[in-house]
Amino acid sequence: MNFKKQLREGLLTNNPVLSQLLGMCSTMAITTTLFNGIGMGLSVTIILICSNVVISLLRKVIPDKIRIAAYIVIIAGFVTMVDLLLKAFLPALSDSLGVFIPLIVVNCIILGRAESFASKNGVLASAVDGLTQGIGYTAALVIMCIIRELLGSGTFGAGVFGADGIRILPSQYPALLVILPVGGFLTLGCLIALTQWVNRKLAAREAEKEAAK
Amino acid sequence: MSIFVTLFAISLNAILAENFILVKFLGICPFMGVSKKLDTSLGMGLAVIFVMALASAATWAVNEFLLVPLSLAYMQTVVFILVIAALVQFVEMFLQKALPALYQSLGIYLPLITTNCAVLGVALLNIQNGYTFLESVVYGITGGIGFTLAIVLFSSIRERLEDCDCPKAFKGFPLALIAAGLLALSFMGFSGFKVF
Repeated sequence: MNFKKQLREGLLTNNPVLSQLLGMCSTMAITTTLFNGIGMGLSVTIILICSNVVISLLRKVIPDKIRIAAYIVIIAGFVTMVDLLLKAFLPALSDSLGVFIPLIVVNCIILGRAESFASKNGVLASAVDGLTQGIGYTAALVIMCIIRELLGSGTFGAGVFGADGIRILPSQYPALLVILPVGGFLTLGCLIALTQWVNRKLAAREAEKEAAK
Repeated sequence: MSIFVTLFAISLNAILAENFILVKFLGICPFMGVSKKLDTSLGMGLAVIFVMALASAATWAVNEFLLVPLSLAYMQTVVFILVIAALVQFVEMFLQKALPALYQSLGIYLPLITTNCAVLGVALLNIQNGYTFLESVVYGITGGIGFTLAIVLFSSIRERLEDCDCPKAFKGFPLALIAAGLLALSFMGFSGFKVF
């Protein structure tokens, strides 16, 4: 299995957020604390794996013309399950993510993977694809969260390590602006620029290797 | 009289203080995808206003007369997305017949309104905020106007960004995001704006 290759794609060269530029609403909206980021990332990963598996199983049954509608219903079913489970067992997370949990239905990453991967590949490959793309999404969220939480409120892991997290910057330094919407746009812009730079370096190095052969 | 004040407050909130794109982060995909040209972004904005108004009305009615009496409120997400998908299909057929030029220029983004967070978002927020039918429709329309305002402003900025000289890694998308961030910064000036 080329799990390693798929993982590399999910994390870096074909990262759903940083390279494919999908699912940006939630990426910018909820990444204010590490707790939110991990919770959202795991929810999306679970939904992505489940929907990929089911869509891959049904790919020969679903008529081509109504496939998008069928995918959305399947995804909405799983999102409702996760929504209800979070409300029951993790009410704090459910409150702080708010409307963005039901909005996972319209997260382009899930529909995008259904259309471009799960509808063309076998069950196992689709499950692995769901897992690796989910890990990539979670990684992007966690990086955003760490940066914004550190610069915006001066803490690390609020909600994960105790209610207020670990204080790193004294409370008079952090710039509140970074956790406001503005900070979301700016942080994501810089991160995408960094990813483009790294990907270009990697591509150049590979081209060099080819030339040396 | 007080109903006008409430509606005015909702409108002002939806357009400026809690702009769907720049403050609430709903509908970023079309905001980034269709904002390269001023006229297409205006078309997209108008389509979104139309769909958001229809979706607010339809989902409010479905929730009030179907889901609540049958105590199926937990099925909201699934039912709402189906209603919205059907609505968008209808709007698409209508535009194809009535305004083929607009239909051509909107291209792939019209079916994508189905997966526009702003549309599902407005339906869910209407229920969450406990709005009446009239308030929901007004919130839908003005939310759409806020979306159009943001996308039109942004596309005029973006037309200028095309030729600017910037570090290579920032070219294109990252630079657009930074510009959007600055636009969001200017919209922050409206927060704390209250009618009451």
